[in-house]
Amino acid sequence: MGITRDDLTYDLGRHVDDSVHLFEEWGLPIWKQPGDEDKPLMAGGQPVRSGKWQILINGESYKPIVAEAARRALGPECIDEHVVIVKLVNDRRDPNRIAGAIGFSLREHRIYVYRCTACLLVAGGCVGIFRPRSVGEGAGLTWYPAWNAGSTYAMAAEAGAELTMMESRFVPVRFKDGYGPVGAWFLFFKAKAVNADGEDYLARPEVQQLLEAYFPYNRAYVTPSCLRNHVFLNELREGRGPIYIDTVSALGQLAERMTPKEIKHLEAEAWEDFLDMCIGQAGVWAGENSEPEKRNSELMSTEPYLLGSHSGGCGLWVSGPTDVGAPTDEDHPEADRIPDHLPAGWNWGYRSMTTVAGLFTAADGVGASGHKFSSGSHAEGRIAVKAMIAFAIDHRDDPPQLDTPVDELVAEVYRPVRNFLEHRDYSTAIDVNPHYITPRMLQLRLQKIMDEYAAGVATGYRTNAKMMEMAEGKLAMLKEDALQLRAKDLHELLRAWENRHRILAAEAHLKHLQFREESRYPGFYYRTDFKTVDDAHWKCFVNSIYDRKTKTWTLFKRKYLDLIDKAVSYK
Amino acid sequence: MPSFVRIEKCDACKGLERIACEYICPHDLMKLDRDGGDTGHAMKAYNQEPEQCWECYACVKDCPKQAIEVRHYADVVPLGASVQPLRTSDAIMWTIKFRNGTMKRFKFPIRTTVAGALDPYAGKPGAELANIGKPGFFTTGVAGLRAAASDQLIRT
Repeated sequence: MGITRDDLTYDLGRHVDDSVHLFEEWGLPIWKQPGDEDKPLMAGGQPVRSGKWQILINGESYKPIVAEAARRALGPECIDEHVVIVKLVNDRRDPNRIAGAIGFSLREHRIYVYRCTACLLVAGGCVGIFRPRSVGEGAGLTWYPAWNAGSTYAMAAEAGAELTMMESRFVPVRFKDGYGPVGAWFLFFKAKAVNADGEDYLARPEVQQLLEAYFPYNRAYVTPSCLRNHVFLNELREGRGPIYIDTVSALGQLAERMTPKEIKHLEAEAWEDFLDMCIGQAGVWAGENSEPEKRNSELMSTEPYLLGSHSGGCGLWVSGPTDVGAPTDEDHPEADRIPDHLPAGWNWGYRSMTTVAGLFTAADGVGASGHKFSSGSHAEGRIAVKAMIAFAIDHRDDPPQLDTPVDELVAEVYRPVRNFLEHRDYSTAIDVNPHYITPRMLQLRLQKIMDEYAAGVATGYRTNAKMMEMAEGKLAMLKEDALQLRAKDLHELLRAWENRHRILAAEAHLKHLQFREESRYPGFYYRTDFKTVDDAHWKCFVNSIYDRKTKTWTLFKRKYLDLIDKAVSYK
Repeated sequence: MPSFVRIEKCDACKGLERIACEYICPHDLMKLDRDGGDTGHAMKAYNQEPEQCWECYACVKDCPKQAIEVRHYADVVPLGASVQPLRTSDAIMWTIKFRNGTMKRFKFPIRTTVAGALDPYAGKPGAELANIGKPGFFTTGVAGLRAAASDQLIRT
């Protein structure tokens, strides 16, 4: 909704094609237009498109292919597997520089302490801080990978890195219960979302009128995801649910001009969409005897997620390119509220470096620059690594020094294990003991707080200052109790640390929601005390830093500026 | 939709050091129960935390004995269906059984190169240290890459 770091987005745009070409060279099958089947993209082969920005692939082995290239480029001797990094360590001489990290093995009793001149932090987005719609086995059925625990945001925040747009969450509307992707259905198969009466509600004049409240964003050629959600939620509130995705009409219309063989192929394409990237949805279809050409599927909005690579823009504030006209100063009325030690403007030496020297990030870690997806995230990683090499060369005579004795770090990492060993003989039931809390219960408590007070599903994604004040109090106690997490084995130690990261990511989200006194992303969340998009006061970045010693946050604005003329994007 | 392991099929990867499902699970769920202390089935793998399973099927696809299947989330999906893949070097075959017995089979290509033989540096120009501070990768300038549309920038 109007706030992006154009420098980062533009820079990625001019780099990303190269990564896609590499994927094809490495073996990823890319769909081509008739006649171009054997012509690589590099030789001018024309891909099959889905919408304006996406091309179709057979993506089942995308991850093994890209991982194999990375493994062969690095050499297996440079890869530590099944080691979980839980904490970054700053430099003894400069609290604003990275010196290393600590983690533990999931397979043996071994701690890993790393010292590094430069570090790339890419641990994904944040899943599991809001109560999910299914709470039994189905709790694992999250839209984004369940193992994204907010570690990118939490570890960076603890190291002192500046965060940006942590209020920018994503609430996907997906195939109900299986969270199957809708992109190909809307853009490639041309399916429509319809209400209980079979009405294409998005096209209704009164719905378009409803969106006028969000002028000019409603006039974008591609309606923002949050505004589509806003209309979806409105239909449900008005009692016109369930909302369906009309797969029957879409496939029927496509099949009209097809031979039986082509229809068979179309059916395979429809299933492949799920089988390649969301197998669970195929399971829901099979379990419910649902064939897309015969029965429409329901759509539903999920619980909120934090991420920076899809339709969300939270993450770290990173240094951008210097040749695209980005500002190098902070020329706005509240500039004096930016802490002195932080850089002014959008670039400060090394591309993709956070405000902590030597700490770099990419993909979900880079804030205010969404819609990167797989290829963009890959390209962004390569951009960052190049700058890391430059940083390492410039600092080769200046080796890092850890600011904390290793013994202290080890004690902190193993603390949940010690909690368990010290107190396990107190009660007969291993999970019910007043001296510790299991990672699972801690996570459920976090989810309850966020869901009920911080604009989760329970309140229809609504919150206000008073509700967030409640969340703040409860979260503070949860954070204290996190010191009493228990781990009965290495697997549970992993869960304990994931949930410590989740709490900090959730706290960052809450602080940003509180600070931004408007509803910038209607459909993703609503502040009922500030209901509108208030461009006059809030068309700016909201950034923050965390002080791990005092456990307090400082929030401030940074100026927004267009580097690209957006007029062409609007009707 | 948690994964589960068929007792009669799992052979603990023949006791080798690398247990396929344990190795590949991105969420640390699959575990070999070496002494049977957890499940009563010594030297068989199991999913130690089903409610955290993301249905990614990495273990199902990698199991050399096809011993792992998926029973869809019991709190969401009606019983009786199954979605089972068989992955070869260049394709994946899916067998989908509906609750009502309807069967569907699909086959999709997965990669165009031989797994394990990638050479990411082959045929690429070497990195020029002089360009390290400039935009672009070391492959920039290679024919086939589009140049950026710098005329869209309004402040340069």
